[in-house]
Parts: sequence; C-alpha cells; structure tokens
Amino acid sequence: MNRELPRWADLALLPALNLLLALGVSALVVLAAGESPAAALQALAIGSFGSWDSVGYTLFYATDMAFAGLAVAIAFKCGLFNIGVEGQAAIGGLGLALVMLGLDSTLPAALVVILAVAAGALAGAAYGAIPGWLQARRGSHVVITTIMFNFIAASLLVYLLVNVLIEPGQMAPETRRFAVGLPPLSDFGFPGRSPVNLALPLALLAALAVWVLVWRTPWGYGLRVVGSNPDAAAYAGIDQGRRIIAAMAISGALAAGIAVNELLGSQDKLILNFTGGAGFTGIAVALMGRNHPVGVLLAALLFGALAQGGAELAFEMPDLPRETVMVVQGLVILFTGALGALFRAPLSRLLGA
Amino acid sequence: MTSAAPPAIECRGITKRFGHVLANDAVDLVVHRGSIHGVIGENGAGKSTLMAILHGFYPADSGEILVDGRKVSIDDSADAARLGIEMVHQHFMLVEPFRVVENVMLGAEGGALLKHGEAEARAALKRLAEEYGLAVDPDARVEDLPVGARQRVEILKALYRGAEVLILDEPTGVLTPQEADDLFRVLRALRDEGKAIILITHKLREVMAVTDRVSVMRGGKMVAHRETSETSAAELGELMIGRRPAAAQRPAPSAPGPEILAVEDLRVRDNAGVERVRGVSLALHAGEILGIAGVAGNGQTELLEAVSGMRAPESGTVRLRGEPITGLDAAALRRLGLAHVPEDRLRHGLIPEFEACESAILGYHGDPAWRRFLGLVSGRKVEAHAARLMRENDVRPALPRLRSSLFSGGNQQKLILAREMEREPDVLLVGQPTRGVDIGGIEAIHERLRGWRRAGKAVLLVSVELDEILALSDRILVIFDGRIVGELPGGAADERRLGLLMAGAAA
Amino acid sequence: MEATLDLVVPILAATLRVAAPLILAALAGLFAERSGVVDVGLEGKMLFAAFAAAATAAVTGSAWAGLGAAILASSALALIHAFACVTLRGSQVVSGMAINVLAAGLSATLALAWFRQGGQTPPLTGAARFAPIPLPGAEWIAEVPLLGRLLVGVVGGHAMPVYVAFALVPLAAFVLWRTRFGLRLRACGENPGAVDAAGVSVARLRYAGVLIAGVLCGIAGAAISTAQGAQFSPEMTAGRGFIALAALIVANWKPWPVLWTCLGFGLLDAVAIRLQGVPVPGLGVPFPVQAIQALPYVLTVILLAGFVGRATAPRAAGVPYVKER
Repeated sequence: MNRELPRWADLALLPALNLLLALGVSALVVLAAGESPAAALQALAIGSFGSWDSVGYTLFYATDMAFAGLAVAIAFKCGLFNIGVEGQAAIGGLGLALVMLGLDSTLPAALVVILAVAAGALAGAAYGAIPGWLQARRGSHVVITTIMFNFIAASLLVYLLVNVLIEPGQMAPETRRFAVGLPPLSDFGFPGRSPVNLALPLALLAALAVWVLVWRTPWGYGLRVVGSNPDAAAYAGIDQGRRIIAAMAISGALAAGIAVNELLGSQDKLILNFTGGAGFTGIAVALMGRNHPVGVLLAALLFGALAQGGAELAFEMPDLPRETVMVVQGLVILFTGALGALFRAPLSRLLGA
Repeated sequence: MTSAAPPAIECRGITKRFGHVLANDAVDLVVHRGSIHGVIGENGAGKSTLMAILHGFYPADSGEILVDGRKVSIDDSADAARLGIEMVHQHFMLVEPFRVVENVMLGAEGGALLKHGEAEARAALKRLAEEYGLAVDPDARVEDLPVGARQRVEILKALYRGAEVLILDEPTGVLTPQEADDLFRVLRALRDEGKAIILITHKLREVMAVTDRVSVMRGGKMVAHRETSETSAAELGELMIGRRPAAAQRPAPSAPGPEILAVEDLRVRDNAGVERVRGVSLALHAGEILGIAGVAGNGQTELLEAVSGMRAPESGTVRLRGEPITGLDAAALRRLGLAHVPEDRLRHGLIPEFEACESAILGYHGDPAWRRFLGLVSGRKVEAHAARLMRENDVRPALPRLRSSLFSGGNQQKLILAREMEREPDVLLVGQPTRGVDIGGIEAIHERLRGWRRAGKAVLLVSVELDEILALSDRILVIFDGRIVGELPGGAADERRLGLLMAGAAA
Repeated sequence: MEATLDLVVPILAATLRVAAPLILAALAGLFAERSGVVDVGLEGKMLFAAFAAAATAAVTGSAWAGLGAAILASSALALIHAFACVTLRGSQVVSGMAINVLAAGLSATLALAWFRQGGQTPPLTGAARFAPIPLPGAEWIAEVPLLGRLLVGVVGGHAMPVYVAFALVPLAAFVLWRTRFGLRLRACGENPGAVDAAGVSVARLRYAGVLIAGVLCGIAGAAISTAQGAQFSPEMTAGRGFIALAALIVANWKPWPVLWTCLGFGLLDAVAIRLQGVPVPGLGVPFPVQAIQALPYVLTVILLAGFVGRATAPRAAGVPYVKER
C-alpha cells in the first residue's frame, strides 16, 4: 500500500521525466507552429550557453528565477501557496527605488546600495506579511488575496510612475536613472558583456540562508511542521499563525531580490513590469526544485536558460516568439505540480518490481 | 411476533479482512420486519464493518446477504438504496447550507426539474411528520438546526428514499437525553409500521430500553443473539467484554506517592463547539498509572488534549505540583515536566514525511542538546540522538534517516515513547499507546510503562482497550459522556461492573 | 439634459460591453467552484479562446466558426483541469496557474507563427466579427423622450455575445437552483460525501462543472476578440479572468449578484477610461484612475477578510474528494 519512490527517483528521475515530457509536448507546439523542434532546441541551447555573453544573460535571468523560486518555496514549506511574488517584487522595487531616488547623491555608493536592498526587502516583506496576517488571523485564503495584491501593487506602481515618480519632461513612465547601482560581474573578471551582477552571489547567499533557516534552526523546524502537518503544530507547541505571517514576510523579502537584480543590477531606474513574469515562473522553479534551495537553484538555472534562450530563439527563428518558453513553463507546472500523480504510481511500480 | 415471512435481512458467514486484521469472522445476523434489532460490542468488535458491508461501502470477502429471502449483492450505496437499505451515519451526510427539503430530495429528485419533486417531498415530509412524529420545518436550513433535528432530517431522508431497513450507527452519541427519548419514540413508531431497524450502539441502557432483539459482537465474531426481554444489562455487559484471561501482569499494588497532577472541574469543547468534557476532576499521584477507561468518543480525547496543552479548556483548572498550568501551550508544559504520547500517532505524534530523526525531536526541537555554533541545529547530532534512542528502545529498522511513515506502527510508537520519556518528565500522558501495534510491540510498550511507574513516575493512561487498562492501571476511572462515572481499584477490578459503567448502565 | 445624456449614454453602453465577458467568466467560475473545483485558470482559458476565435474567424471568415473554435479550445483546457483536479486529485490552484501560463505561451506562439503579424491575428471585418445588433424598432423607440435614447443607446447596439452573457444570468440561476443537476452540483461543492451517500457520482458532477466553465470561458474569449475587439493580440484578456474571480467572490458565488458586481466593475472601468488624464477639480493633479481600477481587488480582499460582510466560498471547494474510510 505504502508505495514510496526511492529518493533518487523522487529528486532526480521524476523531475527529469516531467521536464522531458514538457519539452516533448512543447516540441509538438513548435511543430504546429511550422518550425523544426530540433532546430528550436539547438537555437535554445546556443542562445543560452553558446557564448560568454549568453551565459551571462542566462545567469542574469537565473538570478530572477532563483529569488522567485526561493520565495515560492519557503511559503510552500509552510503550506502556503504564494502567487503574490510578482506584487511583492514590485513593491520591493518601489521601496528600493525610493531610497535610491532620495539618497543616491548624498550617501556613499556602497551604503546607499545596501540601504536600498534593505528597504526593498523590507517593503516586499511587509507586502507579503499582509496576506499572511489575513490568512492566519482572518482566515482569508492566501491564494486569492495574493492574486488580488498583485493587481493592487501593479495599479499603485502605474499611478506612481505616471503621476509622481516620472522623470519630469519625459513621456515614458520611468524614474530618473539612479546615480549608482550594483556592479556587474564583469567588473570582477566575468567574461563577456551581460547584465549579470552582484545580485547573483546575493541569490546564492539567500539560498544558503533559506536552507539554514528552514533546515537548521528550531524555528524553521516549526515552519516545516506547520507546513506538513498543522495538527501536529499544536502538539509540539508551535504557534501556527506566527509562522504563517513570518513565512509570507520572508517570501516577500526574497521576492524583492528580483527588484535588486533588475533595477539595481541592470535597469538603474524603476520601470513598469520589470519582473517580466518571473514571479509566476517562480512557481515552476519551486515545484521542479522540490522546494529545496539546491533544487531551486538548479531549476532557476534551467529556467534562466529558457528565458535567455527564448529571447535568442525569437531572434533566430522569427516565427517563434519568446513566449514559446512559457509553453514549457506552463507544462512543467502542470506535470510536476498538478499531474504529479500521473507518473508516481507507474514509476514506483516499475522501480519496485 | 415470529412470522413465516422471510427475514428482512439475513447475513450468512460474512467475513472481511483488512490486512492481517479479521474485522468480521463468519458473522451471522437475522433481522426481522417490525423489530428493532440492537447490535452491540466494544470498539473494534466489528459492528461498523458489518454495517458498511450491508450498506455497500465495501464488499465482504465471503459470505452472503439475503434480503426478504432473496440472495443479493450490494456493490454500492445505490444498490443498498434499491433494496430499501438506508443508513443514518454517525457523522451526518447532510449539505448544511441547504434547506431540509433539498437535503431530503438529493439523489431522489423525481425528475430533471425540482418543482414537481419538491412538491412531492413536501407532501411526504408532512405525511411522515404526522405518522412518526418527525416534525421538521422543510424550509429551515440544516446548519441552523440543532443536532437532534439534523438527525431527524437524516431519518426523513432515508424514509423518503423508501427505506425498509434502517441502520442507525451510534445515533445517540450526539444527542441530549431528551432528544434520545424522542428518537426512540420515532423508532418504535417505525417498527410498528413494519420497518426493520438495526441500532448499533455500545450503550446497554438504550439496548434494554428500545430493542426487541439484540446481537452481541466481540473480536469480529458474533457471540450471542438474545431476545431483549429474556436478557439483562448484566448478561449483555459480560458477553460484550467476554471472559478475560487471568492477567499475568496485573500490577502489584503500589504505594502511591504525593499528588502531582490535579484536574478540577475541567470542561472542554471540541472543534464543532460541542462540550465533550463536562466537569472532570481527577488526581494523579507519583508512582501510579491512572487508567481512563471508556468507549471512544466519550470525551477522553478532548480531556487528554486539554491537559497536554493542545486545546484550551472552556473552564476548570489543571495543576502540576500544585502550580496552575491551565492554558499553557504544549511546549511550556514539556519544559515543566509534563510529556505526552498522543492518541493519534500520524496526526500528532510524528510527521510522516519527516525523517525519523527529525520526528524524534518533535516538541523538543528547540533543545540546546542538538545545537552547535550560532545555535544552529546540527544534523549530525540529531541523527546521533535518534540512533541512540533507536538502539536503546529496539526501534527497527534502526535507520534515523528513514522517513517516519515507513516504520511500522509499533516502531513508530516506540520512538515516540522514547522521545517523550527521555527527559524523565514527572507526568506522562499516554493515549492509546498500542493502537495498531502488533502483539510483540504491545508487550514491549506495556513493559516500558510499568517500568516507568516503578521508577516513581506518574502516568495518565487513556485507552479504549479494556485489556490494556486492566493490565496497566493501579486505579481506573471510567469516563462516559464527558463525565467520570466511577472509580475502581486496578488490581482486582470488577470487570462486570467496569463494562456496565463504560456502557453507561450503572452509576 | 441632452448634454448629460451625451455623457451618460456612452458610459453606460461601455459598462454593458465591458461587463459582458466578466459576467461570462464569473459564471464560469461559479459553475466550477459550486461543484467544488477552484478555478484560477479563467484568465488562461479566456485568452486561449480569444485566440482560437480570432484565428478561426480570420481563416474562415465566420464569427460563428470562431465562437465554436473558442469553445472547443477553452473546453480542452478545462478538460485538463478536470483531469488534474478530479481524476488525479492534484492541486487545483497549481493546475489553474499552469493553464494560465500555458495559454499565454500557446496563444502568443501560434498567433505569431500562423499569421506572422507580430503576434496578432489579422483584423476581422464583416461576417468574421459579431456586429452590433440594433434594437428592433429603434427608430420609433428613440422618439420616446429620455427613455428612448437610453434604451437605444445603452441596451441596443451590442454584439450577440453581450446579450448571451446577460441572458445566461437567469439561465444559470435557473439551472443551479431549479434543476436536479443544479441541486446535485451545489451539493458537490458543499459536501460531496452527502452526494456520494445518495448514490450519485461526485466525479461526474465535478467534470460537468469544470467543463461548463470551459464553455463559458470560450464564449467570453470570443466576445473579447471577435465582438469587443476585431483581432487577437497577446495578453489581450489583461487580467479580466482575475477580475471575474474577484467578482465571483464579491457576489458570494451567486448568479444575480454576479450580474450586479460585474456591472459595477464594468462601470468603474468605463468611468476610469473617461477620467484618464482629467484633472481633479481644484487640485490640478490628474485623477488617480488606477485607484478606481484597483477598487475591485481591494473590495475583494476586504470581503475575504470579513471586515465588511463575509464571503463564504462553497465549503468543499478546493478539496479533492476522497471516499472516507
């Protein structure tokens, strides 16, 4: 009765199988679009890893995905489905931009950047904590409230950028350029020309921090108890509500990492829709990475490559837009998340035999 | 009363096995029209399994069922309904936001549009109300009705669907005495109309008051059939509990030490807001095992949850060594030396998807013993700790990194016991310590608890297994309907009296 | 008077036009969630349907063929959702999100590849589009003072899907509250155990609920690309599926309140468009139209939190049904 997959199959074989299937179905879509799947795959591969430039871009996008995936994963670990990473990143970006706009010409560069990162994280955390509080104390389902919070954040950002923060005399809804930012990795000898920047090591640090927090502290132990068995939380004397609020706050702070990478590392200003849907891709990253930091980083690399490869693909094959990679993302979410039971049983039978 | 007509229901040699548990062992049962037939037995005697088979919930492994003398196969509840067999479940199968009439119609709407069927259902409700005294406002929402009225809706539903055989599973468990009396009046009226009624219960008072015949189950077997008028509560109580083997391991009389845990007038409500513990007081002494005997669902679960800090009591106090501890959470109580082996292993005792070594620190996860620099939890120390617990307590397999859900029930329980006893708490609360544990495991767990008592520690034991209560307790309190209804000495407990107390038939 | 009408009539007409796809999508969510399956994939189904409708209409020249294709496309996604949620008992929210992402990718990819117009489908003209239907006897009704203009200008002159949307509200109310199917479907969303105990298949009912949602989202998508608009462009549903979800919650999962809520949201949208760039009198700063646009979402959160009123979802929504014991 108690069929269990071996660990390696659970952690490696199953995700690989799901990815393969997602790619297979995507190949059919590429065929339907009248293109050759083999050529598309080749363009993807070359586009994402074919040169130092493209590797840099892949890593740049992977940084977004890593932050987004970690944000979704830590909420998942507490049994929460945070669909609001997009909105939390946006509000994080707002907090970060306000610090930059206010202080970038008065304080030393390093200090203002650190302050901006902190402000971004704080703003994202606050914006994540509200749905957490609503879930813990008012019973409002976090899935629905975070969806709503995404739109509220988007409206707020549009209003502020169109009416308040816009650079005077300009038409585009953007702030002025920040005087300083995060240095690109090319400053430290990374080859090629790409926007990959110090946010990448920051993402690696964040992954380590999440691992330590969730797997190596009593607090994180409680978080996992709440996530996997809320009934047992009362038995172990763990305050479920406080864990939920805190998990959502941390999730929001991690989401703000997207803003750090995009705004401080590449754009040097606050723009609309800077997340580029990374918040939603984070769901695929977390599901595929099995909500573990190592898995999330690997999945982030994969989806970073897809994002970069997709852009190159659109360039190489004019009949395929960069949204084609969204087909792969959607299918990965579907196969790993919703249709997970499809392969689990046959696979365990196969391996058990 | 005995007529030439074939019985409404006849079960012949029904056998059902779950894994290695024989839930029904060649069970026979004959129920006639125009009679109320009681089926009684302890927890796990096999009553519910038999009724589930009758209602098509799962098939029997062997045996046959005859309805009105014809052999039938009942594969699902729709089959049962066609044969006129309807069940009133212990947990009502009602759609709470719906009106009464909608609930009654559900599944028997009489056409694609509701208009016609609703008129019919209303007329039927009116008729049934007059015939059997089953008055319920057809337009009331079920969620606004008291429990007794909801049960009437369940019965109305069954009758509207043409029930000839009505099975009621522990119907009075949720009712006030007045509501129970109303129910019995209805059941008698139904009997007089020629329906066959099967009443599953563990309450002897009810059996004596309302049934015509009674069948007793024990350990998956049917052990006796009686005419109610020719038996007594005492005889039924004995049949239900059976003759027990002389307990080889009866505890020697102990000389209990000072009082260590005191509960005063505790009242506790469950999640649904029902008062489950209705003014319980008890005292636990060092060096004794105090057993709480009772049939499941009589408040023992909520009592344990309230004392252990999992559930806030409505009123009353709990004192540990004289200090009030009411309302403290479980973590605080553990620090004060009150540990808890919970009734439900998989919901509370451990986290099934955690590795065993992680489950082995549940509730003690903040302990400095497995922290190292910066206060971080050391995976190696956690693993080493679990390895030691497993070695010392014979938990098999001794693999700390194995997922908790992959251990057998007995080994899971040994691990939980080891975890809770490790810090030598003064008070150990233990619920159903051997549920789902195999024979060898049971003995090992019992031996640990006895050793604990010998060491001068106090144990509050809640179990629905009478054998377990008898084998371990120095003193026995019987809980019935949220109240302590009697106290017996452990060593030479009068089993007959115990059975009667548990069945609410003696004061 | 005339001047007021000149202002009010177009706003009210726009309200009805904008509300129509919202009503359709919200009713879609209503059927799915009343059966016990949460549907956050309304947006994706609508988007994919909008593409299917515009693409088919462009190729065949028939808006009706487009509508048929839209319903098929949306239902196909609904079938995936039902399979994941009912048969495999997977996570309903994950499945819905997957469908949103998948639909965005599929529609953009196929639109670009098949039509090579930067991701858009060719503009639709003539029979390829649902034309406005004037009110019968408009010339005479218009003569009636005040009421006449309102009738002709606001109620008349919409395309077929708009009228379908409004007609579906009483139909949905009838089906859900007056038929056997509706009774069973709603019971499934509240307590599937009771449905099962009554000998009725929970899975079949939930499939039905999710597939009805597919059909309705299909009509909504067609309305957006072949009635409101005249072609498909990527992301053209622009979050309407989520506004519909919000409307469903604000309307407490009931058809008539869905109508009023969607009309209210439609009015907000129509007003917001009018106020774009209009300065607030006396302050000189532009009117914060985004505040109006965010109002549906804020309102939903407030209702969900129970600060004002209470939104009560079907109790079993989101929970896969597993036979007990």
